[in-house]
Amino acid sequence: MSFLTIGALGFGALLGAFLAANAVDTGILAYGLLLVVFCVVGVFWVMRRGDDTGGPADPNSAIPYNDAVVRAGVIASTFWGVVGFLAGLAIALQLTFPVLNFDLPWTNFGRLRPLHTSAVVFAFGGNVLIMSSFHIVQRTCQARLAGGWAPWFVFWGYQLFIIMAATGYLFGITQSKEYAEPEWYVDLWLTVVWVVYLLVFLGTLWRRREPHIYVANWFFLAFIVTIALLHIVNNLAMPVSFFGVKSYSLFAGVQDALTQWWYGHNAVGFFLTAGFLGLMYYYVPKQAQRPVYSYRLSIVHFWSLIFLYIWAGPHHLHYTALPDWAQTLGMTFSVMLWMPSWGGMINGLMTLSGAWDKLRTDPILRMLVMSIAFYGMSTFEGPLMAIKAVNALSHYTDWTIGHVHSGALGWVGMVSFGAIYFLAPRMWNRSRLYSVRLVSTHFWLATIGIILYITAMWVSGIMQGLMWRSYDSLGFLEYSFAETVAAMHPFYLIRTIGGGFFVAGALVMAYNVFRTARGDLREERPYESEPVPVPA
Amino acid sequence: MAGQKDIDSISGIETTGHEWDGIKELNNPLPRWWLWIFWACVVWSVGYWIAYPAWPLITGYSKGLLGYSSRADVAAEVAAAKQDQAVFRAKLETASLEQIRTQSDLLEFALAGGRSAFNVNCSQCHGSGAQGFTGYPNLNDDEWLWGGSLADIRKTITHGVRNDEDEDARTSDMPAFLRDEILTQPEVADVAEFVLKLSGQDHDPDRAGRGAVVFAEQCEPCHGQDGGGDPEVGAPALNNALWLYAGDRDTIIETVSYSRRGVMPAWGRILDEVTVKQLAVYVHSLGGGQ
Repeated sequence: MSFLTIGALGFGALLGAFLAANAVDTGILAYGLLLVVFCVVGVFWVMRRGDDTGGPADPNSAIPYNDAVVRAGVIASTFWGVVGFLAGLAIALQLTFPVLNFDLPWTNFGRLRPLHTSAVVFAFGGNVLIMSSFHIVQRTCQARLAGGWAPWFVFWGYQLFIIMAATGYLFGITQSKEYAEPEWYVDLWLTVVWVVYLLVFLGTLWRRREPHIYVANWFFLAFIVTIALLHIVNNLAMPVSFFGVKSYSLFAGVQDALTQWWYGHNAVGFFLTAGFLGLMYYYVPKQAQRPVYSYRLSIVHFWSLIFLYIWAGPHHLHYTALPDWAQTLGMTFSVMLWMPSWGGMINGLMTLSGAWDKLRTDPILRMLVMSIAFYGMSTFEGPLMAIKAVNALSHYTDWTIGHVHSGALGWVGMVSFGAIYFLAPRMWNRSRLYSVRLVSTHFWLATIGIILYITAMWVSGIMQGLMWRSYDSLGFLEYSFAETVAAMHPFYLIRTIGGGFFVAGALVMAYNVFRTARGDLREERPYESEPVPVPA
Repeated sequence: MAGQKDIDSISGIETTGHEWDGIKELNNPLPRWWLWIFWACVVWSVGYWIAYPAWPLITGYSKGLLGYSSRADVAAEVAAAKQDQAVFRAKLETASLEQIRTQSDLLEFALAGGRSAFNVNCSQCHGSGAQGFTGYPNLNDDEWLWGGSLADIRKTITHGVRNDEDEDARTSDMPAFLRDEILTQPEVADVAEFVLKLSGQDHDPDRAGRGAVVFAEQCEPCHGQDGGGDPEVGAPALNNALWLYAGDRDTIIETVSYSRRGVMPAWGRILDEVTVKQLAVYVHSLGGGQ
């Protein structure tokens, strides 16, 4: 196995050197050399570790789980979370105080905005998904991850993807597709990583010692397969040169727009919804120590969600050049999606029946439940905003930004924090987290931050939409664009403050995870139901 | 599954009998309200498909019973909005600018339309309050580069200033006295001192005295003997405290040395006649109309 890995890395190093040697621009030169460095370091790392591809955190585990790669995932998720949230805070400040663009190309909003979105969605969210799916598939299949070094290739290859994408944005390399900004060579690299990810996941399912595949794994599999499909189709492009960064999309005009939003919406649907429902279906029943509410509901809402979500993308293109019939389909499928989305919320919340009292004493469970509440709220708001009459007001306004963040901060963020807090003590084999009380601090900081954020964006977005469409009694437009921007300033400030709270919470988490990994235990008053530590 | 039932002790509900890493699943039915709302959404969607354009066919698409089209919809809305303004617009089309200014109902309509068109088209350079910025004139005062009468303002808006798109654009070129080697550095400094004197600012009397000679030779033809300016050639007055590019010593020296060349689009090529008229009346009304 090692020989295969070293051979593949050697080939990668040669490919990188070949690209760098023939590069027609500094971009490919830099990324070719980066690939060389990645592969050479990889060879040394694999050789140094020998046969040690990672073992279980608990030395007494009967099954030789690969927990080392999950542990790496906890670190990467926490790190990229903090980076992505800070980038968000930076651009929120720029919108409030434009002088903070500094008039430099590398620091202006246009480049930092995709840096923020990719950092939170792909770097933070992606690492959380890889980490959790690797953990959950092993536990629910009672089997070690398949493929020797392959899970490590997925982990490190994904980090390389993040670094290539992020540095590209700062240097102005982009194919200008929202959430799919990286150029062709980054897309190809991610495709390789993703195929290996799929193989590792399928291989582990194949090895399972349970007769049935657990519901969380259905969601993970749907997420991995669909993201592969979306990523490949939307990024079909022809490079100007195979030794240069620039490429041109296969699609043009309204076909390009429709393909982009088929991709963009289902990135939300399968990355940020289906994938994280996989987390929810494991960590919520585990933390609550209660059975999942309804097996039947999980089947019906899984298949209806998967079938309906893929059609909903055109609701991003209401009242555009997109034909009316496509807009109708996008809208109606979004409305039909409402209940399938809520199926996950019901199953999550009702799993707590008989265990609601634990919310008082378990801040991790509180975090998970709050995430489900935000999930329910934003999956109601989504179909609502997809209705054309509502969209006519909400589209292009801050309401959309608020909606995205109630899903991203509330649902994805909170459920991810819950997963990280669940994993930290287990993956480092500690008796508990460094501090459970700090989890509660994080919970309140994050919740206050989210509420400030989304309420500010509701008010500012609806105000903005109303100002744009406002006519005076003689039939003339009431406001100039600049006046609408000026009116939003106070809400931008509130949003920034909310973002500050959220970042502060994430820093508290990073500290807590760091101390837990070191093996420290904070002396604090335990919550009632916690086992009282033995006095020293 | 085989054999006895596994009942969850807290809820009293049967489980499916499977267990994954300690997680079981209850065998609860689908919540009724959930199922009914789901079907209601499906029925509503099917109804919507029947009423509106919805499904692609081999050639074309299903048109729907209501005959809805978003293009037709927006065309109807625009037509209705135009219809509401038709009476006034027709009057504005034939009325002269003077007539508009003296008939109160026409004036009210023109000012409202002018304000709106100004916000959309002009405020980017001249500011939301028409207060101007460095290089973009303030339109509230009575200092006019190209004349402040209704006809002058209309002409400036219609044809613009120093653009390539309209032959009748307002145009003039101040020489770049230093760069074009018309004046030497000391001469530029002298004449700047004289301009400071003209505008009533602190200055060096000796230099200003020498500058007066240079001014008479080089600047007077356009800016006038006392620096009063000339709207025929867009030459600003220099004998007051209003400045397009600031009136401090350094800025004046920079202006004389390298000239300035402000431009403005020919709005007559972008906006319709009535809107240009409304803009002219609106800008004229801001405070400085002559």
